[in-house]
Formats: sequence, C-alpha cells, structure tokens
Amino acid sequence: MLLLTCPCCGVTAEETEFANGGEAHLKRFGPGSDDADYEAYMFARKNPRGVHFERWRHIYGCGKWFLMARCTMTLEVFGTYRAQTSEPPAEIVAKIKARRPEWEGF
Amino acid sequence: MSEVVSALAGARASGMVELADAGATGMITLRGDHALLGAAVQAVLGLAMPEVRRVVAGEGAQVLWMSPDELLVITGYDVAPGLAADLQSALGDAFATVAVVSDARALIRLSGAQARDVLAKLCPVDFADFPVGALRRTRAAQVAAAVWRTSDSDWSLICFRSVAGYVWEALVTVAQPGGEVALYR
Amino acid sequence: MSHRLGTGGRLIDRTRPMEFTFNGKAMRGYGGDTLASAMLGAGQVLAGRSFKYHRPRGVVASGAEEPNALVGLGEGQRFEPNQRTTTTELFSGLKATSQNHWPSLEFDVGAVNSKLWRFFPAGFYYKTFIAPRPFWKHVYEPIIRRSAGLGKAPAAESRDADRYEQIYAFCDVLVIGGGIAGLAAAKAAADKGQRVVLVEQTVAFGGRAVVDGAVIDGQSAEAWVAAQLAALHGMDNVTVLSRTMASGVYDHGYVLAYQRVADHEPGADKPRHRLWRVRAGHVVTATGAIERPLSFAGNDLPGVMLAAAVRDYVVNWAVSPGKRVAVVTNNDDAYRTALALHAAGVAVAAVIDARAEATGELPAKARAAGIRVLEDTAIRHVEGGKAVTGVALCRFDSDGGAVFETLACDAVAMSGGWSPVVHLWSHCGGKLTWDESGAFFRPDPARPPLGQDGQGFVTAVGTANGVLDTAGVLADAGSSAVVEVEAEAPMKPVWMMPAQADYLLRAKMWLDPQNDVKVSDVQLAAKEGYASVEHTKRYTTLGMATDQGKLSNINGLAILSDALGQPIPQTGTTTFRPPYTPISLGVIAGEARGGIFQPLRKTAMHDWHEAKGAHWEPVGHWRRPYCYPQGNESHKDAVAREINQVRGSVGLLDASTLGKLLVKGPDAGRFVDMLYTNLMSTLPVGKCRYGLMCNENGFLSDDGVVARLSEDSFLCHTTSGGADRILAWMEDWLQCEWWDWKVHVINLTEQFAQIAVVGPNARKVLEKLGGMDVSREALPFMEWREGALGGVQARVFRISFSGELSYEIAVPASQGQAFWEQLLAAGAEFGVAPYGTEALHVLRAEKGFIMIGDETDGTVIPQDLGLSWAISKKKADFLGKRGMERTAMVSADRWKLVGLETLDGSVLPDGALAPLPGKTPNGQQATQGRVTSTYHSPTLGKGIAMGLVHRGPERMGEVIAFQSASGGEVSARIVDPCFYDKAGEKQDV
Repeated sequence: MLLLTCPCCGVTAEETEFANGGEAHLKRFGPGSDDADYEAYMFARKNPRGVHFERWRHIYGCGKWFLMARCTMTLEVFGTYRAQTSEPPAEIVAKIKARRPEWEGF
Repeated sequence: MSEVVSALAGARASGMVELADAGATGMITLRGDHALLGAAVQAVLGLAMPEVRRVVAGEGAQVLWMSPDELLVITGYDVAPGLAADLQSALGDAFATVAVVSDARALIRLSGAQARDVLAKLCPVDFADFPVGALRRTRAAQVAAAVWRTSDSDWSLICFRSVAGYVWEALVTVAQPGGEVALYR
Repeated sequence: MSHRLGTGGRLIDRTRPMEFTFNGKAMRGYGGDTLASAMLGAGQVLAGRSFKYHRPRGVVASGAEEPNALVGLGEGQRFEPNQRTTTTELFSGLKATSQNHWPSLEFDVGAVNSKLWRFFPAGFYYKTFIAPRPFWKHVYEPIIRRSAGLGKAPAAESRDADRYEQIYAFCDVLVIGGGIAGLAAAKAAADKGQRVVLVEQTVAFGGRAVVDGAVIDGQSAEAWVAAQLAALHGMDNVTVLSRTMASGVYDHGYVLAYQRVADHEPGADKPRHRLWRVRAGHVVTATGAIERPLSFAGNDLPGVMLAAAVRDYVVNWAVSPGKRVAVVTNNDDAYRTALALHAAGVAVAAVIDARAEATGELPAKARAAGIRVLEDTAIRHVEGGKAVTGVALCRFDSDGGAVFETLACDAVAMSGGWSPVVHLWSHCGGKLTWDESGAFFRPDPARPPLGQDGQGFVTAVGTANGVLDTAGVLADAGSSAVVEVEAEAPMKPVWMMPAQADYLLRAKMWLDPQNDVKVSDVQLAAKEGYASVEHTKRYTTLGMATDQGKLSNINGLAILSDALGQPIPQTGTTTFRPPYTPISLGVIAGEARGGIFQPLRKTAMHDWHEAKGAHWEPVGHWRRPYCYPQGNESHKDAVAREINQVRGSVGLLDASTLGKLLVKGPDAGRFVDMLYTNLMSTLPVGKCRYGLMCNENGFLSDDGVVARLSEDSFLCHTTSGGADRILAWMEDWLQCEWWDWKVHVINLTEQFAQIAVVGPNARKVLEKLGGMDVSREALPFMEWREGALGGVQARVFRISFSGELSYEIAVPASQGQAFWEQLLAAGAEFGVAPYGTEALHVLRAEKGFIMIGDETDGTVIPQDLGLSWAISKKKADFLGKRGMERTAMVSADRWKLVGLETLDGSVLPDGALAPLPGKTPNGQQATQGRVTSTYHSPTLGKGIAMGLVHRGPERMGEVIAFQSASGGEVSARIVDPCFYDKAGEKQDV
C-alpha cells in the first residue's frame, strides 16, 4: 500500500486516504474536435512500464487533487505536485532523469 | 426555534477513554483565499489565522484549518448564523463563500490518557508528533473525520452527521476495557 | 513413546498443571506448554491424518513451520479448525480434536489410499477425472470435494464469540523476530533514538540461542536476552510485542503484524486478536531459519521429527519424543540434539551422519559423552506402522540394497541443514541468492525490496540473512557482543538418503507430509515435462498445504533440479506470498462487524421511521424507508395504501438523502452551464429547473433540480446515491481543468433535513403550520422561497416527483424530526401518512419520470429517454456534448424510452428482454428492448412499465413480446411513458 504526500496540505498518509484518478496531463477535446483527438482524450492511456504521471485526490484529507510521478515497476515516487499545471515541473523532471537516465522524457 | 437535537443527542460513554457528544454546536464553513479569510476572522472573531493543519482557539470560537482554501469555525449553535452574517459582511464582495453548516456534522469529545491509543485503532495517523492545537483530517474506520488535540488528554473529532452513530459505535467498540495497548505512553 | 521428563523445561511451570482434552481424552500439561508439548508429554504422538493418503501423522516441528499437527480447537462459537498445536499455548480446559479421519484417528478407512499409492501419482486428479466430461460436475467434483479439506468449517449458525481490532502504528525501524539478532538490532536502533517496534511471534524471546546454550558476553544467552529485553522495555521509543507475527511486508514499508492477544485465555474481556498495521521507515527481518527434513523412506512416520524441534521439546518443555532416539544428520548442529537428549537422560541410539567423516567439535563432544556416531551412513527406511520401531541403516552413497544394521529406536531426530526464513524479505520484491556452502537461498543485499524513495527498505540480519553460526549472528545484527559457541564443520547437502535410492524407496520419501507429496512425485512431474517450479508446485501440490512449503520447499526444488539436470538457483523458488502463517478472518474484519460492519447513514428522522416499523431499503450507505406497514399489512398493500394516500390527500416523504450542493462564485453560472446539459445560467433567482448531468461520453450520470439562490449561487440537488460522486466530479473540473474559474462548491447535503409534502392537501397542511405564504401566487410551481414555517427557518421548493401538488421543505437537520412531527400533527385531519421509496417509485413511474440507475445504466444518453428538451442547443460546450455527437449516439437505431402496458394488465418482470428471432453477431439471442421500471399501479389498477425499445417512440401502439419470469412470453403494447395526468395539471395548482 502506497504512501503519498499531498502537496496541498503537506500530509503524508497511506493510500486509503486518497483516490486515484488515472493518468495526468490529459488534454480535453470537446465539441468541434475530430474523432481521433476525442478518442485519444477519452480512451487512449499510456499505461507505461516505468515512469508514470497520475492524478490523485486527497479525499479523506484536504479534498484537493494533485499529481504524482511514480515508477509503476518499483513504485518509487519521484514527487507530487499541484494539479494546476499542464506539465510536470522542472524539478520533478530533473529528479526522474537522475533516477531513470533511460527515460524518454515527458 | 423548534427543538434542536444533535445527531448523538448528548450520548456519553466510558471505557479506555471518556466519550461525549458535544451536543448542538455552531459551525461555519469559510472558503476562499486564506489571506482574505484571515482578515475576516481577525475582524469578526478577533482570532489569528491558524497555521497549516492547526487550530486557533479563542473564547467562544475555534478556527480550524481544513484545506488551502477552507476554514471551519466552531462556535455556539445559536450564535453561528449571526457570526456567519458578520463574516459575510466583513468579506464584502470578495470571492469567498460563507455557509452555516452547524447541522451537517457531529462533534465528539474524547478525554483520557489513552485517547491516542483509541484513535489509532480507527485512524491511519501517527499521533506521536501531534501537539495541542494540531489537526488532522483523516479517516475514522470507513468514514471521513477530522481530529484535533485541545489539551494534553483532550481531543475533538468531527464527522458527518449521518454517520455520527457509526463513528460513535466504532469508538465505543475499540475503547472497551481490555483493549489497552500502551502504544502511546 | 513420547513422555515428560522428570526435571527441566525452561518454559514450563510445574506448579501450574492444566487439564485439557484431545479427542475427548483427558490429558494434563503445564503452564508454559504448547498444545504440542503437552500432547507429547502425555504420550500422544499421533496428531492427525494426511490429506491424500490419510497416513498417520505426528508432530514434526516445534513452531510455525509445523505441517502435520493441525487440530480443531474449541467448540461452538469458539471452534476453529486447522490450528497448529505447536503454536497453540496450552490453557486449562482446552479442547482439541483431530482432523481428516473417519471413523477415528487410530483407525481410518481412507488410509486404504495409502496402500493404493501406486494409483495416486502426481497429477492424479488431472489424469483421472477427465472423461466422460458430464461426470465432472455431478460425480467427480462432489466426491473430491467431500474428501478434500482438512478441518471442518465452524457450524453455519455459529457466530464468532470474540472481538477483534486493528491498530495503526508508525516507527522508524520495525524489527521482526525476537531472537538474539532481533534483540540486538532493536537495541542498536533504539540506542540511536529511533522509534522501534519489535515483534516476536511466540511468547518467549531469545530464539535458538537460549535453547542451544550459547554464552554471550560471558553470561548465559538466557541472561543476556533477559537483560536486552529489560532494557528495551525501559525505553520510551520502543514498543515490544510478543505473540505477534509479522504476516506480510508490503509496499512503502507497510507491514501487517498479527497479535494473538487472548488466544491463551479464551473468554477474557479482551480483543482475541489485534492486527497491527505498521508503517515502518525501515524493516529488519530477524526471522531466523527453519530446519530441513531429510528425505529417507518412511520419514513421515509419527515419531520422526526435526532435530532442533526435538531439542526444543527437551530443553523448553522437558518432553522427549521417545525413550530411545536416533539422530540422523548431514551437519554438526544436530549433534546438539544428541547431547541435549543425553543430558536429559534419554538414550541416543546413534547419530547417523551422511558425511564421510564427522570430526568437528560437536561430534567430538558426542563421542566423549559415549554417544555412538556412524559416519557415511544413511537411514534406508524407518520401520514401524503408526509409530517408529527402528531404522534400517545402509551406506549413504548406495542404492539402499544392503542394510548393514537395524537400530531399535522409537523416535528419529533428523536434520538436513537449515534454510533462512526469507519470506518477509521476498514478499515485496526482495531477491534471493543461492548460498553454496549452506545449500540454501538467502537474501541478496544488492536486490532488496524498494521503498517510496527507490532505496531498499528491508534488511535481513542474523540467521535470516544466512549467518548460521551463533557467533556471527550478533555481529551481523550490529552488536559487538562476544559469543562463545562450538564451531561447526561444513554440512553436506543431502537431498535423498541413500544417495542412489531405488524407486521403491523414493516412493516412500515424503517431501510434503501434509499433502502427501513424495520424491517420486516430483521426479515424475519432471519426467512428464514440468520444467517450471511454479507448474510443478501446482501439478504435484508440493508446498501448497497450510504450511506453504516451509519444510518442503528447498528439498523439493533440489529434487526437481536434479531431475532436470540443472543447478538449484536456475530452477529458482516459488513466489513467497503473505501471510507468513495464516491469520484469522476475524482480525481482517477488525471492529467492522454487526452494527458497524459498514457505515450506516441516518437521516434526522431515521429513529422515527425505525419506531414506526419502517421496512428499510439500502440506498448507498443510507437506509430509506421502503414502506411503513401497519399491523399485519403486507409490503405490497402498504405501498398501495401510501400511493392512494398521496394521490387522494397528502403524504410525507423523508427526502433528506438527496444531495444538496451549493455552487457559488462569480463564475457559478458558467460552471453549471458546463456541468448540466441545460442552459442553467438563465435561471432566474427564486426559480427551480430540472437538470441533467452527463459524463464526457454523453451518458447520463445524474439528475436533479437546480434552484438559483442568488445571482452568484445555485443549489444543485443530486440523486441520493450521487451526492459524493457529483461533488467529486465538480471539484475535479474546478481544480484540474478550469482552475482559474471563481467557483466554490460546498456540500450541504447533511445540513438539511428535507421533507416532501405531497398531495392535493399539501398546501392546506403548510397553511396550518403558518408563517409563510405558500399560495399558488406567492409560491408558483418550480419556484422556491425562504422563510419561517411553523416557527422553523425553512427553504421551500415547489417541485414535484409525483405529479401532485408538492412542496419539498429543507430545514436544519437538528430540527428535522421536530418539524416532521409538526407536519404530521398539522396533517392529521387529512389522514397524513409517511410514504416510502417504493411508493415514490410507483408515483414517478405513473408520471413517466425517469430514475437514474433504472432507466440509465451508464450507456444511455438523455436523447434515448425523450429528454432532448433538456439539452441546450445554444451552448457551445458542456460536459458530454462531444460524446453525444458520435455516430452511434445520433443513430436512429437506438433503443429509446417508451411506456409498456401488458395486454392482460399483469406486471412485466423487471429487466425482461424482448427477444427477436435470430442471433447477434456474437452468437447471442437477438433482442429489441428491455424493461427498465415496472410496477403495479394502484392508481390505474394495472401493471405499468417503462422500457428501452429499438426505435420505440416510432412504434406507438405496436405489441411486442417480453420474456416472462417462467420462460414464457408476455405481450405488451408500446405506449406513451406518462400514464397519469399527462397535461401536468395536478402538480401546477
């Protein structure tokens, strides 16, 4: 069972206090988008073996959504950061690159 | 005003700790930028803004840090609507929301030297570094709750009204004599 | 025969005799005994029967690894099957019964299987019960099921009499194992100021060192252990837990530990078991090692035991397994058993050593004590039936053809070397490495389980780390204590005895005595092509018994590797999975049983409903009254009465469970326009509008009435089950997509008790309460007002889910029950009565109103339900708009909502399908529709239903057939879904 640190209230708590919300940094495609974009938004998920960015909500805590970079193989957590961003912050990217030199990048 | 009945109707129980329903309690949710809320809290309640996951207690009111954009004011049931109106005026047209939620929750008090041991049986929380005035929103068994420490041996717990009976029964169950653990000493 | 020795026993208290029974036979043991030691002390070697052949089985081990001595414990509400006697502390009045035998333990009919062993090879079930295929379900499976399983389950009607609990604990270092390595590691961490939890699965600390009589820092191991423990108990940063078994190590330092608080004092006013949910910064496994059996013919007979277990019984409990014991070994450690037996006055027939020569310090001591030592010798076979009578000896390096001597003895102590307990290291991904010198797998420090930070979070120390000599154990655990103990000469890996044993011998060498897997079975599996250890395990059932291969694993791997002609590390091990030993189901549930099995959500009027005998319906975690039967009234009659009451006069519904979400802020209008399919931002203050919410697929997800409270605030009502989900949905969009929008959402669901006052007399009831003008003019249909009603501050919504004149009144929850009672009093002259959810459903179905979860199933778009009117065509965007534009969603061929009326007036079965001739492309029966809601309407005196039918609205008047519950057909006519007051005159008065 994972241990997560909420970047919004600073609490480190076990997974049962959080809810997973799937892949992070999806771009919404609404009315007017073509089928391929809509399909990618709705259904195409990376599901990588390795570095993964995902959404979590601190449901039993401050209620805030946040994002987390994690290795799906080793469960190593590279960091959590606020949800109000469209891409991972530079320091998280740098940390991942240091720990996983083979990572192709975000 | 009609008869006001808290969810636990004044229940009390004894075991490893003393448990008591705090009865009808005033509660006001404030949402908005904390700097903004802090000014209103200072102006209306005369209390300082709580630090992250802390509680500031004054005469007649406690202010709980609930999230980066949320406070909960705990006060008397009867005065809550008036205070809420004052807070609303203090906030003026700023983007902030004030809501009276006195009836939405139950407030349970735990007291005794073993309070942390009892709480640790329901909440996945490390109570070792948990000074007076600290607050933690968490899970009590299967439902959401917030706990804070009001003195060395006194704790408060709030949960939603509909599950007050569940939380109460869970506390009474795990606080039964014979369940002493001496985890926190 | 096993017996109690006259003196000794470091764990027993002879001043506390305890009476107990085994299979009804009265026996006596002492305080400090395990059930195993007490039974052996009372001369009871035979403990049970094996799984497949029903062979007689006696105790083999002295701890958690015991595969044989499983019994049923207790009776009635405290009966528990499959309890290991070796880990059961004796108490006065204990009642144990043996398992897996018929008619008795001593004479078992199933034991005939043992004589037929040639017909029960590995994979017997797979090979035998194949044809004819129909036999499997009705003949083979019932027979196999009847003969399978060890203990019997507690009686169906019994309820566990005990209580259980869980607790969350946090520490810097969790040390698992209370032997000298664990104690040293715990002390070292504690001395550094770290928060330490130390768990030991038994009641006594010290592990093997105290039994083996090591000397540590000049004092006895016993004294050293006591001093360490006392020091740890005295430290504020240390929690020491005995009777606590770490059952599993999980991600990010999470460990479950199972504390048997009161197993040894049943009936005490304590939780029986406690589950510690520990989050540790670092985990130290000091879990020791388990001795391996040797594979020789007849090694499963009662009286053949592990050498160290024999030593434990002699030293700890003053029990000898026999009067004359033969020791057989491939290493020096077993000589300690010979010496312990000798010191206790028990005759040692000989030490039979497979090694060419035994010249170490321990063999020398044995010889000096006058114990006969036989080198290069093997047990060819054990003689005896239900008990050992002797052992036939041959040269180790032979096929067993030439017996050179038969030794008389009544017990055999065997040692095939030791295997570190690597389970906890392995649970979370720790890898193993093969240790050539000790012939065992040990933790590979280069490949530990990884924690949250990507670093190893488990360290194995002492014997668990493969350091088998006591002197090295403490150093490995970070202690500088000096240990004096005899040096040991190298062991010799022995996987079969004698080394070239013929088939008949191999077919009597047990690897797994509980599941009856023999050396020959594993060899056969290899011959049949099972190259993977995981497949071989499942094919032969090796290691699949309740002990999970603690004794058999390495021996089986070695035999398989030999048969495959490859080194053992190449074969690898099977996967170690939690729990280390079984934990009780009760402790997994913890406090969650009975009334607090799960949260029960109660409205402010819950107790009133309960007192009035409401029949409950679960709605999420809420309980809502389904109906309120009066006297002997049936539920059906009660529902009809409640409906007639509403349509005829006035009824009350507890609607408090509806979600109430306050959406407020400068961008609130823009936000609700995105959430709802309707244009909500145009709703005037004071008015209400029914709205639909869809997910991004366009599928209907929730519905409810929205009230505009002010220019910048809306109160959004959700379904009862949807409040939390919709709140989360709103927060998701606000926090993760439109984070610059100025909107707050506050959940007010529990702040208000909400009561629907429904029926033609509803207004009169409210007028009697007084305080607010509720006339048609002052409060028109689909509007709301705030004010005092009967002295209570209330918000009153004129909305209707029944088609009748209806007010939904929200009051502070703390005043809900009082207000409810005021309404009842005011409505008395109209015969007011509460109505439940079933009446609510029928009333709404009569009106053709949809219900989320009935008419919707996650694949239905609003357009399917005739709700196109609630979908804005003006808005450029709303959640679900893009999804609704997909080809399949705009197709005319969709199933759409219609009303259904059976030709005979009967009630259609719920969920019934309308079949079509032919098959779908998937080969299933083709269908053209299904029933989504179906009720008897007391108002219309017949069955009414709604359903989704292919192109339904275009087929008004057509009669189609639905499948009936009995398999026949029911004909129904497609009609308008609104059966009652289609013009809507009654609700708007």
